[in-house]
Amino acid sequence: MTNQNAVEARNVIKAFGQGTSAVRALDDVSVNIQRGEFFTLLGPSGCGKTTLLRLIAGFEMPSGGTILLEGTDITYLPPNQRPVNTVFQSYALFPHLSVAQNISFGLEMQGKPAAEVKARTDKMLALVQMEAMAGRKTSQLSGGQQQRVALARALAPQPKVLLLDEPLSALDYKLRKEMQIELKRLQHETGITFVFVTHDQEEALTMSDRVGVMSAGKLQQVGTPREIYTRPVNRFVASFIGETNFLPASVVPGGVKLGCGAVIAVEGLSGQGATTLTIRPEQVRLVDAAEAEAIPATVTNLVYFGTDTHCYLALPDGAEVVARLQSPSNGEVGLQQGQKVALRFVPGAAQVLAD
Amino acid sequence: MAERSFSASHLPGFTVVALAVFTMLYVPIFILVANSFAVTYSASLWDGLTLDWYAKAWENEAVQSATLRSLVIALSASIIATFCATMAALGTTRRRAFKGQTLIYVMINQPLMVPEIVTAVALLIFFASIKVATGYQGLGYLIAAHSAFCIPFAYLPIRARLEGMDLSLETAAADLYASPWMTFRRVTLPILAPGIIAGAMLAFVISLDDVVITEFVKSGGQDTLPTYMMGQLRRAMTPEVNAISSVLLVLTVLLLTAFFFLTRKND
Repeated sequence: MTNQNAVEARNVIKAFGQGTSAVRALDDVSVNIQRGEFFTLLGPSGCGKTTLLRLIAGFEMPSGGTILLEGTDITYLPPNQRPVNTVFQSYALFPHLSVAQNISFGLEMQGKPAAEVKARTDKMLALVQMEAMAGRKTSQLSGGQQQRVALARALAPQPKVLLLDEPLSALDYKLRKEMQIELKRLQHETGITFVFVTHDQEEALTMSDRVGVMSAGKLQQVGTPREIYTRPVNRFVASFIGETNFLPASVVPGGVKLGCGAVIAVEGLSGQGATTLTIRPEQVRLVDAAEAEAIPATVTNLVYFGTDTHCYLALPDGAEVVARLQSPSNGEVGLQQGQKVALRFVPGAAQVLAD
Repeated sequence: MAERSFSASHLPGFTVVALAVFTMLYVPIFILVANSFAVTYSASLWDGLTLDWYAKAWENEAVQSATLRSLVIALSASIIATFCATMAALGTTRRRAFKGQTLIYVMINQPLMVPEIVTAVALLIFFASIKVATGYQGLGYLIAAHSAFCIPFAYLPIRARLEGMDLSLETAAADLYASPWMTFRRVTLPILAPGIIAGAMLAFVISLDDVVITEFVKSGGQDTLPTYMMGQLRRAMTPEVNAISSVLLVLTVLLLTAFFFLTRKND
């Protein structure tokens, strides 16, 4: 029976410093990364995502817990004995070696026969479309080209898992978009499990099969991009992934009551008393005031974003709600500051969150 | 261009001072080289060009043996010092910061700070007792002394190179299945090589040039080129010494030029 988990972290703890000044970079993190998936660790800087990556690579040892690779305990194995390769944020290409020598480095260290090293290096050069640059020094390459060499070098030994530490952060916007597509293609063609670290939520949503959202050394939520966007488990995930509105509310039978008195139907509510309602800006609609469940509001500001226009609305009790409206062809949404309107939440879109 | 940044070259007298300093630095050396080609002994009269002094120095057996001794000592000392300096540089940069790191750094560079004459006297006394105890009289004492004071000169360029090196390169090598030894051999050492060569060359020049410590440590008949020259000058100025100095000058300039190119940032 084969293990379906490429990487499994069990109750992993990583503390830096000692005694009372110790900081837990990872605080009891458990996660299963499945074979062949594109898994992203997403979170703000300092949340522990890079630390988890470094523990999987073996650059650091955990203070507690276990890390398994395809079912085998690798917790304390040195990095050179793990069938796992890394694409570094700084690329870390060897400056004294050519592009081809960089790519063949891992294969040579594995003791592969010369003919196989040559064949695989050529294949990798082709895979990242760098055949013409094989003899160049890495300092003669552009940022995007260095990125490709770093990818080829890490993929050449056919690792069980490829770890990517914010590899796109140094590239400009257009190149980053290209490399996102390139990475997806490489992952599809090689079938290797990718563990990708980023602080860019858009990158995480567009590229990943599953995303693990981290904050303060803890894994907050693991799920598909759709799950974490539409069903965030807590306030942190809801606010970190995309934009959202938070409204103070209190639990009433069948839903929650907002400060202005409007009652919003929310399913599966438990508990009572004060809570927070969240609704994405694109799930807020401007409607006719006569419509059922319409809430009166006043336009306080309009911000044009090209495809969308953000409409800032004040509810009667002063609470603020942002609605994202699609911009018409002439760019004018036909609203003015101070205008009295009415809004409605798309049924089923509003959620009550744990803090 | 009122907001132009400060430039020292616009200060009054800049050109005069600069010319005066360069004159003082280079005119004596120029005279020395010129005199090495002069026909007569006198340093004040000029009456023709000759290569006789070079030929005389070349044929002088005392010069030959002193030169050979200088080269043996400088070569041995620079190899030993560079090896120790490389280890020291790795030890002070490739590990977590520790308490007393600055103290270690100062201790490695001690020969740069302690007056040479103090080291010379200390070594004289120390080696004298070893000589009595063992009866050994050979070149080993000079090689040991030179190795010791050459270490900081080799250490500084090697350390500079190590500190300028991206640590993630070694992490990347380990990630790509290289053992710690292979990481050192295939990544650290090749990137460090220009620093090691530069350090060795600097150590070589420093050893070749030393007078004070050599004068105190050497046994009878162990003259190096500089101590031999000093011995000659006690009696009379000879263009022969000028000729030897000129050759040493050329050798040093060549080595230091190579050093400059090796330690340049963008190689």
